[in-house]
Amino acid sequence: MTTDTDSLQNRAQSSRLGRRLLAERYSSYWLTGAGYLAIALFAGITLLLFYRSLPILSEYPLSSMLTSANWDPAANNFGFLPAIVGTIYVTALSMLMGVPIALGAAIYIAEYAEGRTKTLVAALIDVLAAIPSVIFGLVALIVVVPVIGRYVAPVFSENTVGVGIFTVSLVIAIVVTPFMTSLSVESLESLPDELRETSLGVGATKFETIRSVLLRAAGPGIFSAILLGFGRVFGATIVPALLIGGQTQIPNSIFSTGQTLPTLIVNDFGELMSLPLTQSALIFVGLMLVIVVWLFNFGAMLVQQRLKRRWQYQ
Amino acid sequence: MTDTPLTTDQLSVTYTGDREIEAVKGVSIGFPANTLTTIIGPSGCGKSTLLKSLNRLHEIQENVTIDGDVLLSGDSVYNTDVPAPEIRKRIGYVPQTPTALPVSIYENVAYGLRIHGDYESKADLDEKVETYLRKVNLWDEVADRLDAPGAELSTGQIQRLCVARSLAVEPDVLLCDEVTSALDPVSAESVEKTLKRLKSEYTIILVTHSMAQARRLADEVVFLYLGEVIESNDVRSFFEDPQQERTKAFIGGPTPVNREDNATGPTTTPPTSAGGEGPAAGDDKQ
Repeated sequence: MTTDTDSLQNRAQSSRLGRRLLAERYSSYWLTGAGYLAIALFAGITLLLFYRSLPILSEYPLSSMLTSANWDPAANNFGFLPAIVGTIYVTALSMLMGVPIALGAAIYIAEYAEGRTKTLVAALIDVLAAIPSVIFGLVALIVVVPVIGRYVAPVFSENTVGVGIFTVSLVIAIVVTPFMTSLSVESLESLPDELRETSLGVGATKFETIRSVLLRAAGPGIFSAILLGFGRVFGATIVPALLIGGQTQIPNSIFSTGQTLPTLIVNDFGELMSLPLTQSALIFVGLMLVIVVWLFNFGAMLVQQRLKRRWQYQ
Repeated sequence: MTDTPLTTDQLSVTYTGDREIEAVKGVSIGFPANTLTTIIGPSGCGKSTLLKSLNRLHEIQENVTIDGDVLLSGDSVYNTDVPAPEIRKRIGYVPQTPTALPVSIYENVAYGLRIHGDYESKADLDEKVETYLRKVNLWDEVADRLDAPGAELSTGQIQRLCVARSLAVEPDVLLCDEVTSALDPVSAESVEKTLKRLKSEYTIILVTHSMAQARRLADEVVFLYLGEVIESNDVRSFFEDPQQERTKAFIGGPTPVNREDNATGPTTTPPTSAGGEGPAAGDDKQ
Protein backbone atom coordinates (compact mmCIF):
# COMPACT_ATOMS: atom_id res chain seq x y z
CA MET A 1 0.00 0.00 0.00
CA THR A 2 2.75 2.43 0.95
CA THR A 3 4.57 1.87 -2.26
CA ASP A 4 1.32 2.49 -4.20
CA THR A 5 0.81 5.81 -2.46
CA ASP A 6 4.43 6.72 -3.03
CA SER A 7 4.24 6.03 -6.71
CA LEU A 8 1.01 8.02 -6.99
CA GLN A 9 2.72 10.90 -5.22
CA ASN A 10 5.63 10.64 -7.57
CA ARG A 11 3.39 10.66 -10.57
CA ALA A 12 1.52 13.74 -9.35
CA GLN A 13 4.82 15.55 -8.96
CA SER A 14 6.16 14.60 -12.35
CA SER A 15 6.47 17.69 -14.46
CA ARG A 16 4.48 16.39 -17.40
CA LEU A 17 1.42 15.59 -15.32
CA GLY A 18 1.88 18.89 -13.53
CA ARG A 19 1.67 20.77 -16.82
CA ARG A 20 -1.41 18.85 -17.85
CA LEU A 21 -3.15 19.62 -14.57
CA LEU A 22 -2.21 23.28 -14.83
CA ALA A 23 -3.66 23.43 -18.36
CA GLU A 24 -6.77 21.70 -17.03
CA ARG A 25 -7.20 24.29 -14.28
CA TYR A 26 -6.60 27.36 -16.44
CA SER A 27 -8.77 26.15 -19.29
CA SER A 28 -11.66 25.74 -16.87
CA TYR A 29 -11.09 29.30 -15.57
CA TRP A 30 -11.10 30.58 -19.13
CA LEU A 31 -14.30 28.72 -20.07
CA THR A 32 -16.11 29.74 -16.90
CA GLY A 33 -15.01 33.32 -17.46
CA ALA A 34 -16.35 33.28 -21.02
CA GLY A 35 -19.68 32.00 -19.76
CA TYR A 36 -19.97 34.69 -17.10
CA LEU A 37 -18.95 37.32 -19.63
CA ALA A 38 -21.99 36.43 -21.75
CA ILE A 39 -24.27 36.83 -18.75
CA ALA A 40 -22.57 40.08 -17.76
CA LEU A 41 -22.94 41.47 -21.29
CA PHE A 42 -26.63 40.71 -21.38
CA ALA A 43 -27.23 42.18 -17.93
CA GLY A 44 -25.02 45.18 -18.65
CA ILE A 45 -26.76 46.05 -21.92
CA THR A 46 -30.22 45.67 -20.40
CA LEU A 47 -29.29 47.77 -17.37
CA LEU A 48 -27.69 50.47 -19.50
CA LEU A 49 -30.72 50.65 -21.79
CA PHE A 50 -33.00 50.80 -18.76
CA TYR A 51 -30.92 53.50 -17.07
CA ARG A 52 -30.82 55.66 -20.18
CA SER A 53 -34.58 55.15 -20.69
CA LEU A 54 -35.38 56.57 -17.26
CA PRO A 55 -35.63 60.24 -18.39
CA ILE A 56 -38.45 59.52 -20.86
CA LEU A 57 -40.12 57.01 -18.52
CA SER A 58 -40.20 59.54 -15.69
CA GLU A 59 -41.51 62.27 -17.99
CA TYR A 60 -44.46 60.47 -19.60
CA PRO A 61 -46.57 57.56 -18.45
CA LEU A 62 -45.68 54.31 -20.23
CA SER A 63 -49.28 53.48 -21.11
CA SER A 64 -49.85 56.73 -22.98
CA MET A 65 -46.59 56.39 -24.94
CA LEU A 66 -47.43 52.83 -25.99
CA THR A 67 -50.93 53.77 -27.12
CA SER A 68 -50.35 57.19 -28.67
CA ALA A 69 -50.10 57.40 -32.44
CA ASN A 70 -48.43 60.79 -32.43
CA TRP A 71 -44.66 60.60 -32.99
CA ASP A 72 -43.17 64.08 -33.24
CA PRO A 73 -40.06 64.33 -31.08
CA ALA A 74 -39.46 67.96 -31.99
CA ALA A 75 -42.79 68.80 -30.35
CA ASN A 76 -42.21 66.37 -27.47
CA ASN A 77 -44.81 63.88 -28.69
CA PHE A 78 -43.57 60.37 -28.12
CA GLY A 79 -46.17 57.90 -29.36
CA PHE A 80 -44.70 54.51 -30.14
CA LEU A 81 -47.88 52.94 -31.51
CA PRO A 82 -47.10 53.47 -35.24
CA ALA A 83 -43.73 51.74 -34.96
CA ILE A 84 -45.20 48.96 -32.80
CA VAL A 85 -48.02 48.33 -35.28
CA GLY A 86 -45.54 48.51 -38.17
CA THR A 87 -43.29 45.95 -36.49
CA ILE A 88 -46.19 43.59 -35.84
CA TYR A 89 -47.37 43.89 -39.45
CA VAL A 90 -43.93 43.27 -40.91
CA THR A 91 -43.12 40.37 -38.57
CA ALA A 92 -46.47 38.66 -39.06
CA LEU A 93 -46.53 39.09 -42.83
CA SER A 94 -42.92 37.94 -43.27
CA MET A 95 -43.44 34.85 -41.16
CA LEU A 96 -46.73 34.07 -42.96
CA MET A 97 -44.92 34.23 -46.29
CA GLY A 98 -41.64 32.68 -45.18
CA VAL A 99 -42.54 29.75 -42.91
CA PRO A 100 -44.68 27.71 -45.36
CA ILE A 101 -42.10 28.15 -48.11
CA ALA A 102 -39.21 27.29 -45.79
CA LEU A 103 -41.04 24.16 -44.56
CA GLY A 104 -41.91 23.05 -48.08
CA ALA A 105 -38.38 23.61 -49.35
CA ALA A 106 -36.87 21.83 -46.35
CA ILE A 107 -39.12 18.79 -46.80
CA TYR A 108 -38.33 18.72 -50.52
CA ILE A 109 -34.58 18.85 -49.96
CA ALA A 110 -34.49 16.40 -47.05
CA GLU A 111 -37.02 13.84 -48.25
CA TYR A 112 -37.64 14.13 -52.00
CA ALA A 113 -34.60 15.56 -53.76
CA GLU A 114 -31.97 13.02 -54.78
CA GLY A 115 -28.43 12.96 -56.03
CA ARG A 116 -27.11 16.02 -57.81
CA THR A 117 -30.33 17.99 -57.64
CA LYS A 118 -30.26 17.68 -53.88
CA THR A 119 -26.64 18.79 -53.60
CA LEU A 120 -27.25 21.73 -55.91
CA VAL A 121 -30.45 22.98 -54.28
CA ALA A 122 -29.08 22.58 -50.76
CA ALA A 123 -25.89 24.43 -51.68
CA LEU A 124 -27.83 27.27 -53.31
CA ILE A 125 -30.04 27.67 -50.27
CA ASP A 126 -27.00 27.83 -48.01
CA VAL A 127 -25.41 30.49 -50.22
CA LEU A 128 -28.63 32.52 -50.22
CA ALA A 129 -28.72 32.31 -46.42
CA ALA A 130 -25.23 33.77 -46.26
CA ILE A 131 -25.80 36.80 -48.53
CA PRO A 132 -25.82 40.07 -46.50
CA SER A 133 -29.35 41.39 -46.28
CA VAL A 134 -28.34 44.82 -47.60
CA ILE A 135 -27.85 43.15 -51.01
CA PHE A 136 -31.44 41.93 -50.93
CA GLY A 137 -32.51 45.46 -49.95
CA LEU A 138 -30.65 47.02 -52.90
CA VAL A 139 -31.93 44.50 -55.43
CA ALA A 140 -35.42 44.97 -54.07
CA LEU A 141 -35.17 48.76 -54.51
CA ILE A 142 -34.36 48.23 -58.17
CA VAL A 143 -36.71 45.33 -58.95
CA VAL A 144 -39.36 44.66 -56.31
CA VAL A 145 -40.34 48.24 -55.52
CA PRO A 146 -41.33 49.20 -59.10
CA VAL A 147 -43.10 45.86 -59.66
CA ILE A 148 -45.18 46.28 -56.53
CA GLY A 149 -45.89 49.95 -57.24
CA ARG A 150 -46.93 49.39 -60.85
CA TYR A 151 -48.49 45.94 -60.93
CA VAL A 152 -49.23 44.44 -57.52
CA ALA A 153 -50.68 47.34 -55.53
CA PRO A 154 -53.13 48.42 -58.32
CA VAL A 155 -54.67 44.95 -58.20
CA PHE A 156 -55.70 45.76 -54.64
CA SER A 157 -56.74 49.32 -55.67
CA GLU A 158 -53.83 50.78 -53.73
CA ASN A 159 -51.84 53.77 -54.83
CA THR A 160 -48.17 53.58 -53.89
CA VAL A 161 -44.74 54.03 -55.41
CA GLY A 162 -43.84 50.61 -54.14
CA VAL A 163 -42.13 51.14 -50.80
CA GLY A 164 -44.05 50.17 -47.68
CA ILE A 165 -45.02 47.41 -45.27
CA PHE A 166 -45.79 44.76 -47.91
CA THR A 167 -42.55 45.28 -49.81
CA VAL A 168 -40.52 45.10 -46.61
CA SER A 169 -42.32 41.94 -45.48
CA LEU A 170 -41.79 40.25 -48.84
CA VAL A 171 -38.08 41.06 -48.94
CA ILE A 172 -37.44 40.08 -45.31
CA ALA A 173 -39.29 36.83 -45.98
CA ILE A 174 -36.88 36.24 -48.88
CA VAL A 175 -33.95 37.02 -46.58
CA VAL A 176 -34.93 34.64 -43.75
CA THR A 177 -36.50 31.79 -45.72
CA PRO A 178 -33.18 30.22 -46.83
CA PHE A 179 -31.94 30.52 -43.27
CA MET A 180 -35.01 28.75 -41.81
CA THR A 181 -34.90 26.19 -44.64
CA SER A 182 -31.29 25.33 -44.03
CA LEU A 183 -31.82 24.74 -40.30
CA SER A 184 -34.99 22.71 -40.89
CA VAL A 185 -33.22 20.49 -43.42
CA GLU A 186 -30.61 19.71 -40.78
CA SER A 187 -33.31 18.71 -38.29
CA LEU A 188 -35.05 16.44 -40.78
CA GLU A 189 -31.84 14.84 -42.03
CA SER A 190 -30.64 14.05 -38.54
CA LEU A 191 -33.66 11.78 -37.99
CA PRO A 192 -32.80 8.07 -38.02
CA ASP A 193 -33.94 6.04 -41.03
CA GLU A 194 -35.67 3.64 -38.64
CA LEU A 195 -38.44 6.23 -38.19
CA ARG A 196 -39.06 6.24 -41.95
CA GLU A 197 -38.80 2.45 -42.18
CA THR A 198 -41.14 1.96 -39.23
CA SER A 199 -43.81 4.18 -40.68
CA LEU A 200 -43.47 2.91 -44.25
CA GLY A 201 -43.33 -0.64 -42.86
CA VAL A 202 -46.95 -0.53 -41.68
CA GLY A 203 -48.04 0.72 -45.09
CA ALA A 204 -47.93 4.50 -44.67
CA THR A 205 -47.23 6.56 -47.77
CA LYS A 206 -44.26 8.89 -47.92
CA PHE A 207 -46.42 11.94 -47.32
CA GLU A 208 -48.20 10.33 -44.36
CA THR A 209 -44.79 9.46 -42.94
CA ILE A 210 -43.61 13.05 -43.29
CA ARG A 211 -46.80 14.53 -41.86
CA SER A 212 -47.38 12.20 -38.92
CA VAL A 213 -43.87 11.12 -38.01
CA LEU A 214 -41.00 13.16 -39.41
CA LEU A 215 -42.44 16.64 -38.86
CA ARG A 216 -43.17 15.74 -35.24
CA ALA A 217 -39.83 14.11 -34.57
CA ALA A 218 -38.02 17.06 -36.16
CA GLY A 219 -40.57 19.43 -34.61
CA PRO A 220 -38.41 20.91 -31.85
CA GLY A 221 -35.61 21.58 -34.35
CA ILE A 222 -37.96 23.12 -36.91
CA PHE A 223 -39.52 25.20 -34.14
CA SER A 224 -36.04 26.51 -33.29
CA ALA A 225 -35.43 27.34 -36.94
CA ILE A 226 -38.68 29.31 -37.11
CA LEU A 227 -37.87 31.06 -33.86
CA LEU A 228 -34.42 32.12 -35.04
CA GLY A 229 -36.10 33.32 -38.24
CA PHE A 230 -38.54 35.29 -36.13
CA GLY A 231 -35.68 36.90 -34.24
CA ARG A 232 -34.07 37.99 -37.50
CA VAL A 233 -37.35 39.36 -38.88
CA PHE A 234 -38.18 41.19 -35.67
CA GLY A 235 -34.78 42.81 -35.45
CA ALA A 236 -34.36 43.40 -39.20
CA THR A 237 -33.07 46.90 -39.66
CA ILE A 238 -31.37 47.48 -42.98
CA VAL A 239 -34.11 46.10 -45.25
CA PRO A 240 -36.97 48.05 -43.62
CA ALA A 241 -34.80 51.15 -43.41
CA LEU A 242 -34.33 51.00 -47.18
CA LEU A 243 -37.83 49.98 -48.16
CA ILE A 244 -40.46 51.00 -45.61
CA GLY A 245 -40.82 54.64 -46.56
CA GLY A 246 -39.98 56.01 -43.14
CA GLN A 247 -43.24 57.82 -42.41
CA THR A 248 -44.24 57.48 -38.80
CA GLN A 249 -47.93 56.74 -39.18
CA ILE A 250 -50.20 53.89 -38.32
CA PRO A 251 -50.40 51.93 -41.59
CA ASN A 252 -53.94 51.88 -42.98
CA SER A 253 -53.18 49.02 -45.37
CA ILE A 254 -50.37 46.57 -45.94
CA PHE A 255 -49.21 48.66 -48.89
CA SER A 256 -48.84 51.90 -46.95
CA THR A 257 -45.54 53.26 -45.76
CA GLY A 258 -44.68 53.09 -42.08
CA GLN A 259 -42.02 52.54 -39.50
CA THR A 260 -40.79 49.64 -37.42
CA LEU A 261 -39.12 49.85 -34.02
CA PRO A 262 -35.58 49.31 -35.41
CA THR A 263 -36.11 51.81 -38.27
CA LEU A 264 -37.37 54.38 -35.78
CA ILE A 265 -33.98 54.24 -34.08
CA VAL A 266 -32.03 54.25 -37.35
CA ASN A 267 -33.99 57.09 -38.96
CA ASP A 268 -34.16 59.42 -35.98
CA PHE A 269 -31.02 58.83 -34.00
CA GLY A 270 -28.56 60.89 -36.05
CA GLU A 271 -30.49 64.11 -36.33
CA LEU A 272 -32.27 64.07 -32.98
CA MET A 273 -29.38 62.89 -30.82
CA SER A 274 -28.88 66.36 -29.37
CA LEU A 275 -32.32 66.33 -27.75
CA PRO A 276 -31.89 64.40 -24.48
CA LEU A 277 -35.52 63.36 -24.20
CA THR A 278 -35.62 62.06 -27.76
CA GLN A 279 -32.41 60.16 -27.24
CA SER A 280 -33.92 58.59 -24.15
CA ALA A 281 -37.09 57.70 -26.08
CA LEU A 282 -35.08 55.96 -28.79
CA ILE A 283 -33.05 54.09 -26.18
CA PHE A 284 -36.35 52.98 -24.67
CA VAL A 285 -37.26 51.55 -28.10
CA GLY A 286 -34.07 49.51 -27.88
CA LEU A 287 -35.10 48.30 -24.42
CA MET A 288 -38.48 47.21 -25.79
CA LEU A 289 -36.76 45.21 -28.54
CA VAL A 290 -34.51 43.46 -26.02
CA ILE A 291 -37.41 42.65 -23.68
CA VAL A 292 -39.65 41.27 -26.43
CA VAL A 293 -36.86 39.09 -27.83
CA TRP A 294 -36.05 37.86 -24.33
CA LEU A 295 -39.70 37.07 -23.55
CA PHE A 296 -40.08 35.26 -26.85
CA ASN A 297 -36.99 33.17 -26.29
CA PHE A 298 -38.08 32.30 -22.79
CA GLY A 299 -41.58 31.32 -23.93
CA ALA A 300 -40.13 29.37 -26.81
CA MET A 301 -37.87 27.47 -24.43
CA LEU A 302 -40.88 26.37 -22.40
CA VAL A 303 -42.80 25.34 -25.52
CA GLN A 304 -39.78 23.49 -26.81
CA GLN A 305 -39.38 21.50 -23.63
CA ARG A 306 -42.99 20.39 -23.92
CA LEU A 307 -42.56 19.52 -27.59
CA LYS A 308 -39.42 17.55 -26.88
CA ARG A 309 -41.21 15.44 -24.32
CA ARG A 310 -44.41 15.05 -26.34
CA TRP A 311 -42.71 14.28 -29.63
CA GLN A 312 -39.72 12.27 -28.46
CA TYR A 313 -38.83 9.15 -30.37
CA GLN A 314 -36.68 6.04 -29.93
CA MET B 1 -53.28 -18.53 -47.38
CA THR B 2 -50.85 -20.82 -49.13
CA ASP B 3 -48.39 -22.94 -47.21
CA THR B 4 -45.53 -20.70 -48.25
CA PRO B 5 -47.00 -17.20 -48.38
CA LEU B 6 -43.69 -15.60 -49.29
CA THR B 7 -41.15 -16.87 -51.80
CA THR B 8 -38.31 -15.24 -53.67
CA ASP B 9 -37.51 -16.02 -57.27
CA GLN B 10 -33.89 -15.44 -58.31
CA LEU B 11 -33.91 -12.26 -56.23
CA SER B 12 -30.84 -10.07 -56.66
CA VAL B 13 -30.24 -6.72 -55.04
CA THR B 14 -27.46 -4.49 -56.38
CA TYR B 15 -26.21 -1.23 -54.95
CA THR B 16 -25.21 1.01 -57.84
CA GLY B 17 -23.56 3.86 -55.97
CA ASP B 18 -19.91 4.78 -56.31
CA ARG B 19 -19.06 1.16 -56.92
CA GLU B 20 -21.41 -1.63 -57.83
CA ILE B 21 -22.03 -4.22 -55.14
CA GLU B 22 -24.36 -7.16 -55.59
CA ALA B 23 -25.50 -7.63 -52.00
CA VAL B 24 -28.02 -10.39 -52.69
CA LYS B 25 -27.27 -12.83 -55.50
CA GLY B 26 -30.09 -14.77 -57.12
CA VAL B 27 -31.80 -15.98 -53.96
CA SER B 28 -34.72 -18.40 -54.39
CA ILE B 29 -36.24 -19.50 -51.11
CA GLY B 30 -39.65 -19.97 -49.57
CA PHE B 31 -40.82 -18.91 -46.14
CA PRO B 32 -43.43 -21.40 -44.82
CA ALA B 33 -46.63 -20.19 -43.18
CA ASN B 34 -46.97 -19.98 -39.39
CA THR B 35 -43.34 -20.69 -38.78
CA LEU B 36 -40.38 -18.63 -37.76
CA THR B 37 -37.59 -18.61 -40.30
CA THR B 38 -34.27 -17.12 -39.30
CA ILE B 39 -31.81 -15.77 -41.79
CA ILE B 40 -28.34 -16.13 -40.29
CA GLY B 41 -24.92 -15.24 -41.54
CA PRO B 42 -21.90 -13.10 -40.73
CA SER B 43 -22.13 -9.31 -40.67
CA GLY B 44 -22.38 -7.68 -44.06
CA CYS B 45 -23.54 -10.83 -45.83
CA GLY B 46 -26.71 -9.20 -47.13
CA LYS B 47 -29.19 -10.38 -44.48
CA SER B 48 -30.78 -6.99 -43.87
CA THR B 49 -30.72 -6.13 -47.56
CA LEU B 50 -32.54 -9.36 -48.38
CA LEU B 51 -35.07 -8.69 -45.62
CA LYS B 52 -35.82 -5.14 -46.71
CA SER B 53 -36.12 -6.11 -50.34
CA LEU B 54 -38.94 -8.50 -49.39
CA ASN B 55 -41.36 -5.59 -48.83
CA ARG B 56 -39.60 -2.99 -51.00
CA LEU B 57 -38.40 -1.06 -47.98
CA HIS B 58 -34.95 -0.63 -49.54
CA GLU B 59 -36.64 1.79 -51.95
CA ILE B 60 -36.08 4.67 -49.53
CA GLN B 61 -32.40 4.36 -50.40
CA GLU B 62 -30.97 5.72 -53.61
CA ASN B 63 -29.15 3.64 -56.21
CA VAL B 64 -30.55 0.18 -55.54
CA THR B 65 -31.67 -2.10 -58.35
CA ILE B 66 -33.61 -5.33 -58.08
CA ASP B 67 -33.62 -8.37 -60.35
CA GLY B 68 -35.88 -11.35 -60.00
CA ASP B 69 -39.02 -11.16 -57.95
CA VAL B 70 -40.69 -11.73 -54.62
CA LEU B 71 -44.01 -13.54 -54.59
CA LEU B 72 -46.57 -12.87 -51.88
CA SER B 73 -49.19 -15.64 -51.96
CA GLY B 74 -48.25 -16.11 -55.61
CA ASP B 75 -48.60 -12.43 -56.54
CA SER B 76 -45.58 -10.50 -57.66
CA VAL B 77 -44.33 -7.82 -55.30
CA TYR B 78 -42.22 -6.06 -57.94
CA ASN B 79 -43.94 -6.58 -61.30
CA THR B 80 -47.27 -5.26 -60.18
CA ASP B 81 -49.48 -2.18 -60.12
CA VAL B 82 -50.17 -2.64 -56.43
CA PRO B 83 -48.58 0.37 -54.71
CA ALA B 84 -45.76 -0.25 -52.26
CA PRO B 85 -47.74 0.90 -49.16
CA GLU B 86 -50.34 -1.81 -49.81
CA ILE B 87 -47.60 -4.44 -50.10
CA ARG B 88 -45.93 -3.21 -46.92
CA LYS B 89 -49.24 -3.41 -45.10
CA ARG B 90 -49.25 -7.14 -45.87
CA ILE B 91 -45.54 -7.60 -45.11
CA GLY B 92 -44.77 -5.81 -41.84
CA TYR B 93 -41.34 -4.75 -40.69
CA VAL B 94 -39.73 -4.31 -37.26
CA PRO B 95 -36.37 -2.50 -37.39
CA GLN B 96 -33.20 -3.36 -35.51
CA THR B 97 -33.27 -0.24 -33.34
CA PRO B 98 -36.33 -0.12 -31.08
CA THR B 99 -38.22 2.80 -32.60
CA ALA B 100 -41.13 4.54 -30.94
CA LEU B 101 -42.94 6.94 -33.22
CA PRO B 102 -43.18 10.47 -31.77
CA VAL B 103 -46.70 9.87 -30.48
CA SER B 104 -48.30 8.29 -27.42
CA ILE B 105 -48.14 4.58 -26.62
CA TYR B 106 -51.76 4.25 -27.73
CA GLU B 107 -51.16 6.09 -31.00
CA ASN B 108 -48.07 4.01 -31.71
CA VAL B 109 -50.26 0.93 -31.94
CA ALA B 110 -53.15 2.78 -33.58
CA TYR B 111 -50.83 4.33 -36.19
CA GLY B 112 -51.34 1.80 -38.97
CA LEU B 113 -55.00 1.26 -38.11
CA ARG B 114 -55.68 4.98 -38.48
CA ILE B 115 -53.79 5.21 -41.77
CA HIS B 116 -55.70 2.34 -43.32
CA GLY B 117 -59.00 3.19 -41.61
CA ASP B 118 -59.16 -0.37 -40.28
CA TYR B 119 -61.59 0.37 -37.46
CA GLU B 120 -65.25 1.23 -37.16
CA SER B 121 -65.44 3.40 -34.07
CA LYS B 122 -63.32 4.76 -31.27
CA ALA B 123 -64.41 1.81 -29.13
CA ASP B 124 -63.33 -0.58 -31.86
CA LEU B 125 -59.94 1.15 -32.09
CA ASP B 126 -59.54 1.00 -28.29
CA GLU B 127 -60.30 -2.69 -28.38
CA LYS B 128 -57.83 -3.39 -31.19
CA VAL B 129 -55.07 -1.44 -29.46
CA GLU B 130 -55.65 -3.47 -26.32
CA THR B 131 -55.76 -6.75 -28.24
CA TYR B 132 -52.39 -6.16 -29.88
CA LEU B 133 -50.76 -4.82 -26.74
CA ARG B 134 -51.91 -8.00 -25.00
CA LYS B 135 -50.53 -10.08 -27.88
CA VAL B 136 -47.04 -8.81 -27.15
CA ASN B 137 -47.50 -9.02 -23.36
CA LEU B 138 -47.29 -5.26 -22.96
CA TRP B 139 -50.83 -4.37 -21.92
CA ASP B 140 -50.37 -4.95 -18.19
CA GLU B 141 -47.25 -2.78 -18.19
CA VAL B 142 -48.72 0.21 -20.01
CA ALA B 143 -52.50 0.08 -19.46
CA ASP B 144 -52.41 2.96 -16.98
CA ARG B 145 -50.31 5.28 -19.13
CA LEU B 146 -51.46 4.85 -22.71
CA ASP B 147 -51.23 8.61 -23.28
CA ALA B 148 -47.57 8.83 -22.29
CA PRO B 149 -45.04 9.21 -25.12
CA GLY B 150 -44.02 5.85 -26.55
CA ALA B 151 -40.35 6.77 -26.23
CA GLU B 152 -40.64 6.85 -22.42
CA LEU B 153 -40.85 3.07 -22.31
CA SER B 154 -37.77 0.92 -21.83
CA THR B 155 -36.07 -0.32 -25.00
CA GLY B 156 -37.41 -3.83 -24.53
CA GLN B 157 -40.93 -2.48 -24.12
CA ILE B 158 -40.50 -0.27 -27.17
CA GLN B 159 -39.42 -3.25 -29.24
CA ARG B 160 -42.56 -5.13 -28.20
CA LEU B 161 -44.54 -1.97 -28.96
CA CYS B 162 -43.01 -2.09 -32.47
CA VAL B 163 -44.18 -5.67 -32.88
CA ALA B 164 -47.69 -4.71 -31.68
CA ARG B 165 -47.77 -1.80 -34.13
CA SER B 166 -46.77 -4.04 -37.00
CA LEU B 167 -49.25 -6.78 -36.08
CA ALA B 168 -52.11 -4.29 -35.72
CA VAL B 169 -52.46 -3.90 -39.48
CA GLU B 170 -52.77 -7.70 -39.72
CA PRO B 171 -49.87 -8.48 -42.04
CA ASP B 172 -49.46 -11.90 -43.66
CA VAL B 173 -45.74 -11.84 -42.96
CA LEU B 174 -43.65 -10.11 -40.31
CA LEU B 175 -40.05 -9.16 -41.03
CA CYS B 176 -37.80 -8.68 -37.98
CA ASP B 177 -34.31 -7.24 -38.43
CA GLU B 178 -32.03 -8.33 -35.56
CA VAL B 179 -34.75 -7.16 -33.19
CA THR B 180 -32.90 -8.11 -30.02
CA SER B 181 -29.38 -6.99 -30.91
CA ALA B 182 -29.85 -3.51 -29.42
CA LEU B 183 -31.39 -4.85 -26.21
CA ASP B 184 -30.03 -5.89 -22.83
CA PRO B 185 -30.38 -9.61 -22.04
CA VAL B 186 -33.55 -9.24 -19.96
CA SER B 187 -35.32 -7.15 -22.59
CA ALA B 188 -34.09 -9.46 -25.33
CA GLU B 189 -35.59 -12.37 -23.47
CA SER B 190 -38.98 -10.69 -23.25
CA VAL B 191 -38.95 -9.98 -26.98
CA GLU B 192 -37.87 -13.54 -27.75
CA LYS B 193 -40.70 -14.89 -25.63
CA THR B 194 -43.13 -12.72 -27.55
CA LEU B 195 -41.84 -13.96 -30.90
CA LYS B 196 -41.96 -17.53 -29.67
CA ARG B 197 -45.63 -17.19 -28.76
CA LEU B 198 -46.51 -15.44 -32.01
CA LYS B 199 -44.83 -17.82 -34.41
CA SER B 200 -47.66 -20.31 -34.49
CA GLU B 201 -50.02 -17.57 -35.66
CA TYR B 202 -47.80 -15.60 -38.01
CA THR B 203 -45.22 -16.10 -40.67
CA ILE B 204 -42.15 -14.50 -39.15
CA ILE B 205 -38.80 -13.93 -40.82
CA LEU B 206 -36.08 -13.03 -38.35
CA VAL B 207 -32.64 -11.83 -39.31
CA THR B 208 -30.08 -12.59 -36.65
CA HIS B 209 -26.34 -12.91 -36.34
CA SER B 210 -26.74 -14.99 -33.21
CA MET B 211 -26.73 -18.73 -33.79
CA ALA B 212 -27.89 -19.24 -30.22
CA GLN B 213 -30.96 -17.18 -30.95
CA ALA B 214 -31.60 -19.10 -34.15
CA ARG B 215 -31.43 -22.35 -32.18
CA ARG B 216 -33.82 -21.05 -29.57
CA LEU B 217 -36.44 -19.54 -31.86
CA ALA B 218 -36.23 -20.87 -35.39
CA ASP B 219 -38.26 -23.53 -37.11
CA GLU B 220 -36.40 -22.99 -40.36
CA VAL B 221 -32.91 -21.62 -40.89
CA VAL B 222 -31.49 -19.93 -43.97
CA PHE B 223 -27.72 -19.46 -44.03
CA LEU B 224 -26.68 -16.52 -46.14
CA TYR B 225 -23.05 -15.93 -47.03
CA LEU B 226 -21.84 -13.10 -49.27
CA GLY B 227 -25.31 -12.67 -50.71
CA GLU B 228 -25.87 -16.32 -51.55
CA VAL B 229 -27.98 -18.93 -49.80
CA ILE B 230 -25.50 -21.60 -48.73
CA GLU B 231 -27.96 -23.85 -47.00
CA SER B 232 -31.54 -23.78 -45.78
CA ASN B 233 -33.19 -26.42 -43.71
CA ASP B 234 -35.32 -27.00 -40.63
CA VAL B 235 -33.53 -25.98 -37.48
CA ARG B 236 -32.71 -29.46 -36.26
CA SER B 237 -31.23 -30.72 -39.50
CA PHE B 238 -29.44 -27.43 -40.04
CA PHE B 239 -27.55 -27.48 -36.79
CA GLU B 240 -27.22 -31.20 -36.20
CA ASP B 241 -26.52 -32.32 -39.71
CA PRO B 242 -25.19 -29.43 -41.79
CA GLN B 243 -24.66 -30.43 -45.40
CA GLN B 244 -22.30 -27.73 -46.63
CA GLU B 245 -18.69 -27.20 -45.61
CA ARG B 246 -19.29 -23.46 -45.20
CA THR B 247 -22.19 -24.08 -42.86
CA LYS B 248 -20.11 -26.47 -40.78
CA ALA B 249 -17.35 -23.90 -40.55
CA PHE B 250 -19.80 -21.13 -39.62
CA ILE B 251 -21.64 -23.00 -36.90
CA GLY B 252 -18.48 -24.73 -35.76
CA GLY B 253 -19.41 -28.30 -36.68
CA PRO B 254 -22.63 -30.18 -35.95
CA THR B 255 -24.14 -28.99 -32.70
CA PRO B 256 -27.15 -30.38 -30.90
CA VAL B 257 -30.32 -28.35 -30.59
CA ASN B 258 -31.88 -28.41 -27.19
CA ARG B 259 -35.24 -26.77 -26.80
CA GLU B 260 -38.38 -27.53 -24.88
CA ASP B 261 -40.52 -27.86 -28.00
CA ASN B 262 -37.92 -30.09 -29.65
CA ALA B 263 -37.42 -32.21 -26.58
CA THR B 264 -39.32 -35.15 -28.13
CA GLY B 265 -36.25 -35.92 -30.18
CA PRO B 266 -33.44 -38.22 -29.04
CA THR B 267 -31.01 -35.43 -28.19
CA THR B 268 -30.93 -34.47 -24.56
CA THR B 269 -27.74 -32.51 -24.19
CA PRO B 270 -27.41 -30.10 -21.27
CA PRO B 271 -28.57 -26.59 -22.20
CA THR B 272 -25.11 -25.10 -21.77
CA SER B 273 -24.01 -26.53 -25.08
CA ALA B 274 -26.99 -25.05 -26.89
CA GLY B 275 -25.32 -21.71 -27.32
CA GLY B 276 -23.11 -19.33 -25.47
CA GLU B 277 -24.60 -15.93 -26.29
CA GLY B 278 -27.83 -14.19 -25.41
CA PRO B 279 -30.44 -15.00 -22.81
CA ALA B 280 -30.35 -18.75 -23.37
CA ALA B 281 -30.61 -19.61 -19.72
CA GLY B 282 -33.76 -17.55 -19.32
CA ASP B 283 -35.79 -19.57 -21.78
CA ASP B 284 -36.84 -22.14 -19.24
CA LYS B 285 -38.24 -19.58 -16.86
CA GLN B 286 -41.85 -18.61 -17.26
